[in-house]
Amino acid sequence: MDRKKKLLPLFGYFGLLILIVAAVFLTGKQGGGETIKEVMKDAVLHEDNRIAFLGGMTVNPGLISAYTVTGILLLFAAAMRIFVIPHFKEIPGKLQMLLETLVGMFDHLAKSNSPHRNGFLGAYVFGAGVYIFVSTIFELLGLQVITTTGRSMAMPAPLSDINGAIAMGCVSYLVILSGGIVSNGFRGVGSTLKEFSLPISMSFRLFGAMLSGLLVTELVYYSITLSFVLPVFVAVLFTLLHALIQTYVLTMLTSVFYGEVSEPHQKKNKKG
Amino acid sequence: MKLPLNIDWQQILLHALNLVILVGGLYALLFKPVKKFMDQRAENYQKMKADAEDAKAQAESLKAELSERMKQADAEAQTYRQEAMAKAEKEAAAALDSAKVQAEKIVAAAREKAANEEKQIVQNAQDEIARLSVEATQKLMDYKLSDVYNQFLDSAEGSEVHDQR
Repeated sequence: MDRKKKLLPLFGYFGLLILIVAAVFLTGKQGGGETIKEVMKDAVLHEDNRIAFLGGMTVNPGLISAYTVTGILLLFAAAMRIFVIPHFKEIPGKLQMLLETLVGMFDHLAKSNSPHRNGFLGAYVFGAGVYIFVSTIFELLGLQVITTTGRSMAMPAPLSDINGAIAMGCVSYLVILSGGIVSNGFRGVGSTLKEFSLPISMSFRLFGAMLSGLLVTELVYYSITLSFVLPVFVAVLFTLLHALIQTYVLTMLTSVFYGEVSEPHQKKNKKG
Repeated sequence: MKLPLNIDWQQILLHALNLVILVGGLYALLFKPVKKFMDQRAENYQKMKADAEDAKAQAESLKAELSERMKQADAEAQTYRQEAMAKAEKEAAAALDSAKVQAEKIVAAAREKAANEEKQIVQNAQDEIARLSVEATQKLMDYKLSDVYNQFLDSAEGSEVHDQR
């Protein structure tokens, strides 16, 4: 009798689950009206789902995500600057430890890869690293935005937009170029331009990595039968891995190339 | 110009603008103040470490100096002790000699005094003997003379006995 009483809520719980799943299958439309081909194509090209920006312009949702992430990050930074940093202690607390670890990690990355000139590089890789990481995991929030066609869609990671990835690659390349110019003048420009494929490789590496994650997630979400449990692994774990790996890769590459072009040129001893 | 893959220069520039704003903002609001704090703390610790090393070096130098001074003090103390011992021995020997001389003097004086006293006693005794002898002789003489005188008087006065003494 007692055992039956104990099992009853369990049966009830699982029964409810089965009912909900069945209701989902019965009421839902497969693919939400879009074919998988359209979903994939739109995830890559953003030709259909565009967002109104600053009045007359229509932009890719990735740009909206980028400005949203920047807003969040700058708000967070301002809050830290006003409320936390003035109260820093010699023996740090948890939040102070987190901030110091972040700053120290990127500063160390800059110093170790570019020992001759690293002040500006540290600041840039810090900003870029934080941006890549936060903007990648930003897609997990699933914030909704209304497209020009009136559809609601989740904001994607800004760097899964090829324009965002190209901007990141080009700005990183310009930073590297600036290091070469400041350190070695015209010779620095030459050594940086020698790596002319760098902005393309950096941009498309980032875009490819981000886009692959996005496509896998879209693929999984497209099929309702895969929408249970699996997204936890696919979306969360893949996104976190992407965030960490791409942050590390881009900041490391930028630091290494910056260090290479900013290395002071040593005149070769003439023989004889 | 329509580019493939929906690449849009305007959006690239908007992304770049966003990135530049973010990097500048994060640098001013987070990176710079946190790094400044960390650098100041590191500098503080470096200074504390340098101070501690200086203090340690000073302490070691002081310790070495004190050790040297202790050695010198030990050596000086040893020298003073030896000198004091030698002086004390010398003074003890001198005092002993002086005491011996004084003792000899005392003994000699005592002997002289004893000899003088003995002489005086003998002299006194001789004087006393002489005086007693004189007195005895005197008395003897006095007695004999009185007897003779009485006899004389008796004989002179006729058989009357003069014994008026």
